[in-house]
Amino acid sequence: MSILKKRKPNRSRAGDFGVYFILIIFGTFFLIPLLFAINNAFKPLDEIFLFPPELFVNKPTMDNFADLFVLMGKTWVPFSRYIFNTVFITVVGTGGHLLVASMAAYVLSKYRFPGSRFFFNVVVTALMFSGYVTQIPNYLIMSKLHMIDTYWAVVIPAFAAPLGLFLMKQFMEQIPMTLIEAAKVDGAKEGRIFIQVVMPLVKPATLTLCIFSIQNLWNQRASNLIYAEELKTLPYALSQIVSGGQVARAGVSAAVTLFIMIVPLLFFVLAQNNIIETMASSGIKE
Amino acid sequence: MSSNYDNWKIRKKREALYTLKSIGKHKVQYAFLAPYAILFILFFIAPVVVSIFYSFTYYNVLNPPQFIGLTNYINLLLADDIFLISIQNTFMFAVITGPLGYMMSFLFAWLIHELPRFLRSVMVLIFYAPTISGQVYMIFATLFSSDSYGWANALLTNLGISSKTIYWLTDPKYMKVVIIIAILWTSLGSGFLSFIAGLQTVSEDQYEAGYVDGIKNRWQELWYITLPNMKPMLMFGAVMAITQSFGIAEVTMQLCGFPSTDYATRTVVEHLIDYGAYRFDMGYASAIATLLFLVMILSKKGVNALLNKVGT
Repeated sequence: MSILKKRKPNRSRAGDFGVYFILIIFGTFFLIPLLFAINNAFKPLDEIFLFPPELFVNKPTMDNFADLFVLMGKTWVPFSRYIFNTVFITVVGTGGHLLVASMAAYVLSKYRFPGSRFFFNVVVTALMFSGYVTQIPNYLIMSKLHMIDTYWAVVIPAFAAPLGLFLMKQFMEQIPMTLIEAAKVDGAKEGRIFIQVVMPLVKPATLTLCIFSIQNLWNQRASNLIYAEELKTLPYALSQIVSGGQVARAGVSAAVTLFIMIVPLLFFVLAQNNIIETMASSGIKE
Repeated sequence: MSSNYDNWKIRKKREALYTLKSIGKHKVQYAFLAPYAILFILFFIAPVVVSIFYSFTYYNVLNPPQFIGLTNYINLLLADDIFLISIQNTFMFAVITGPLGYMMSFLFAWLIHELPRFLRSVMVLIFYAPTISGQVYMIFATLFSSDSYGWANALLTNLGISSKTIYWLTDPKYMKVVIIIAILWTSLGSGFLSFIAGLQTVSEDQYEAGYVDGIKNRWQELWYITLPNMKPMLMFGAVMAITQSFGIAEVTMQLCGFPSTDYATRTVVEHLIDYGAYRFDMGYASAIATLLFLVMILSKKGVNALLNKVGT
């Protein structure tokens, strides 16, 4: 299989050159934060405090990570527990969100029934309301439902995140109704149509939703919803380690930044590859 | 007269009956929607409704809210000078960075889509990296630092343009420009990714049909094939752009301080955080949120009308 895509007949050479030129110039700027984060994690303490800061590390070292792992071993709750907590929240939250939001998006995009358009409009509008002021009512509702101080305080609301529903609905709108009707003629029930016809067709959207959801849940500190030490999340535990010693732990802090970033980043790379690979030649239009 | 009224009554009855029947026919659809709807009403609608209610009260979080009618809104619009500054700033940031960030997201997604497969994956990663890595503020703080180590000042001196120290982040003359650059740098977020995914779903057949029909260059292809096929994603990206550009607060707080010099980069959400998190006046903060919400709904209506013109 050739790596290069076949040249499209209506593209000019000059235009292609322009595209590459623009992408390289801007790409360099956009790459700086990531490079900085990676390099910082491997800098010895004196280089971290070097002023002006340098982008690239001169004498790379693993000390920061070694320090981090020592500190991890000293926590009161075994550190693996924090990792488990965040993995649990991320996996269950993302899985549930994908299922719940996709099911709703399917019927909202492919059917008209009383209240369907109104409900969708409300979802999109709710996206715009500032999250800062809804924290208190949110807390009160969760405490009524006895969800405070459990994983569910983070996981269950994540199921109904408006962003995911909106995204899935927009992509499902592109699926021709005739496909669904054809499946019905063949005797398939809604449940099967949803799983076997609709979901495979919106794979790019599915993976994009997972990226958003993982990025959000993996970074959840949830310190105002979960108090029990053994239920606390990884970002919270790591931030506690870092704040334990201000200047002395700057190296550890840089290592933490990279450590936290690695999972969403890896998922992002895998998902992006998949989005581009699976859909390279097949559109969902008839 | 009365027969008219009777007719109206009969028509309404028929409509209601039709609606009921339609609800009955769509039981499966309601079942699909139910899990989401229940959770959404509980964790998103209810808190918003309660917040809007708070906006008519004095609520300091410790004591129960006291109903005070429109006082919060009156104070906001007539007595709060800083709020008026923050409205101006938010509008300026939103009007500049919203459309620009949106167009950048689409432009880059579209350009990247032209690349061969492997390069495409790499480029998506590079352009989305600032959103994942979140080191942007620290880099900007260094870039525009006002002491002799700031990269921007050093560059100006070396090029011989100016040897004066420019206080990028504390001089109201420059703060807004720096903030706008920083926002644009991080604007390739959810909209950008949905465009990338959306471009994958436009079928190759349509492009091939386009060559036959005499689509001469990439611009024509963009306007007549790509954009019309991307309408749902364009709408998604637009709503995200509105949400982000009216919600600007973190960048300004991180770079210019909180509060910033002369409130030069104070935004509405910053004002809201000030009252909600520091002065414990939730009622007032809720009133700010409610006003902002109304403005955002209006701008979404405007964008909706614009997007309907795409590809015509």
